[in-house]
Amino acid sequence: MIPLGLLLVAGVSSGIYLSPEGSQVDIARQQPVPFSHQRHVQGNGIDCRYCHSTVETSSFAGIPATETCMTCHSQVLTDQPMFDPVHESWRTGEPIAWTRVHDLPDFVYFNHSVHVAQGVGCSTCHGRVDEMKLTHKEHTLRMGWCLKCHTNPEKFIRPRDQVFNMEYEAPGRKEQHALGSRLIEEYNIKVGQLQNCSICHR
Amino acid sequence: MIRRNRLNATRRTVQQATRLAAGLALVGILGGCHWDMWDDARLKPYEKSDFFADGLSSRMVVPGTVPYLESRVDDHYYAGKIDGEFAKILPAQIELNGGLLKRGQDRFMVFCSPCHDAQGTGNGMVVQRGFPAPPSYHIDRLREVPIGYFYDVMTNGFGRMYSYATRIDPQDRWAIASYLRVLQLSQNATPDVLPADQLEAIKEHAHNPQEPAEDEGQTTNEH
Ligand code: HEC
Ligand code: HEC
Ligand code: HEC
Ligand code: HEC
Ligand code: HEC
Ligand code: HEC
Repeated sequence: MIPLGLLLVAGVSSGIYLSPEGSQVDIARQQPVPFSHQRHVQGNGIDCRYCHSTVETSSFAGIPATETCMTCHSQVLTDQPMFDPVHESWRTGEPIAWTRVHDLPDFVYFNHSVHVAQGVGCSTCHGRVDEMKLTHKEHTLRMGWCLKCHTNPEKFIRPRDQVFNMEYEAPGRKEQHALGSRLIEEYNIKVGQLQNCSICHR
Repeated sequence: MIRRNRLNATRRTVQQATRLAAGLALVGILGGCHWDMWDDARLKPYEKSDFFADGLSSRMVVPGTVPYLESRVDDHYYAGKIDGEFAKILPAQIELNGGLLKRGQDRFMVFCSPCHDAQGTGNGMVVQRGFPAPPSYHIDRLREVPIGYFYDVMTNGFGRMYSYATRIDPQDRWAIASYLRVLQLSQNATPDVLPADQLEAIKEHAHNPQEPAEDEGQTTNEH
């Protein structure tokens, strides 16, 4: 009876792990301030790099400091109560505690600058962030998902100058294959080693 | 005896099944929750930490710290000034070429155009949503300021405009300052500053207004 009970628990817990809830896909996160990418990116045309300014140069894309919000919100919508945490943070110097949307396990190494420099678009991994009112995770970020691209990057690579373009649409399957293969050569992407365990688990 | 054996066999099967179930359960439970190595003592950037009283894992720089290998004594490069006056020329580290201007344009579109707009007339999207309008770059006063002044505005801010020094490094600030000069030139240019072939292209375009001109000057990160 006990083992059967345990099996039930196990089934449920594995089920949760594999379910959308477990991988947290599509679940919008509540934040201390209801920050909307849709409002800022689509509505105001602000580039990702205005706020995520280290995405081209470091492994970490960067979460904007309160000062970055203040470059605009020292003047815009200053009297709205929903901005209290921003003003409080600016006054005290204590950062706003944003809830993480993506969080890889600590035994996985990831690097933004490498992907961005080699023609992997933000929207390939994060979806249409410019349409999100509250930010959610679009893909599981599980190992199998990473490997789908690391095995066949030609299906996903786009020209470098399109990486930040949220509206970019890949051409049809055949054309993408040709484009991807050409870019892999041009950008000198070493496809053979992308499945080595040690590049992600180092 | 035979019956006894059969009974033993049945019991053994039940025992084995039980063990298998328990084993499966253990695997399932361990697979389902990750209290082991998913969150180890290594801290990622910005991760919360209980080690310091303020809950931050990274430390603020101690006041008075001098950057290693970068003492920033070169006033021309780091402050835009020569002998206390705004520099009229680029510092020696900056080479004026097409790459610098292209980089400047790219950074300008990311960090400045939200307020100053792509032409620099001061009517960007954020201004249309309520931010006080900046002056146009094409007024006489700003056309006459030394290039070091632009560098200084980005570095220290100006009036209601905040500093951009934490997000734009000195190299890129000089690239943007150089690009501001291009913008100013473009809005006040007379045809004789253009190379002959570009002039031809514009003339042709003027005769065929339906055909869009080759706009290689446009930025690559429009949304
Ligand atoms: C005006 C500032 C701003 C701009 C512009 C902006 N972001 Fe963000 N971004 C934020 C803030 C603040 C957060 C944290 C709150 C949240 O998750 O919504 C965030 C969070 C994110 C996250 C989730 C981070 C996590 O917790 O794992 C992703 C992914 C992201 N942004 C992608 C983008 C992309 C792609 C663009 C450009 C299309 C962009 N952002 C433009 C401010 C901005
Ligand atoms: C480049 C300028 C700019 C920056 C930087 C910026 N915002 Fe905004 N934000 C705006 C503008 C403009 C609006 C008003 C949008 C509108 O009216 O369409 C706005 C609106 C908002 C709103 C109200 C949204 C709604 O649904 O009504 C919130 C909340 C907000 N911003 C939070 C933030 C936070 C937090 C940050 C820092 C991470 C930030 N903003 C950074 C320009 C900016
Ligand atoms: C190859 C897939 C991939 C691409 C392309 C990508 N990201 Fe990410 N992003 C991730 C992963 C994975 C994480 C989670 C990292 C972690 O938890 O350590 C993440 C996290 C983030 C975060 C949270 C802060 C951080 O660095 O952990 C932001 C913000 C973000 N991405 C923005 C962007 C922007 C902007 C772009 C486009 C310039 C982009 N990302 C392109 C996969 C990607
Ligand atoms: C859509 C395609 C795509 C996805 C999805 C993707 N990658 Fe990559 N990744 C690449 C490409 C292309 C390179 C090769 C860059 C090169 O060879 O220069 C790369 C390189 C890397 C590297 C090597 C970086 C270095 O410093 O050498 C790491 C680590 C990595 N990826 C981790 C991940 C992880 C972890 C995930 C999943 C969370 C992931 N990638 C998802 C396309 C992708
Ligand atoms: C492209 C990046 C990448 C490569 C290459 C990679 N992994 Fe992973 N691995 C991940 C990510 C991301 C996770 C964590 C998310 C998940 O899968 O649940 C992970 C998780 C794991 C886990 C823990 C699984 C779990 O569910 O707890 C093991 C074990 C593992 N990897 C082994 C390997 C081995 C062995 C190889 C080489 C054959 C390898 N990995 C290659 C990205 C990678
Ligand atoms: C959030 C809006 C905003 C952004 C983004 C912005 N500025 Fe400004 N800028 C202003 C405003 C407003 C003023 C006028 C300030 C005042 O008079 O109080 C100004 C003034 C200026 C001036 C003129 C100073 C003078 O003497 O009148 C220059 C030059 C300038 N900005 C350059 C830049 C550059 C370069 C960038 C990008 C790195 C930039 N600005 C980004 C809002 C902005």
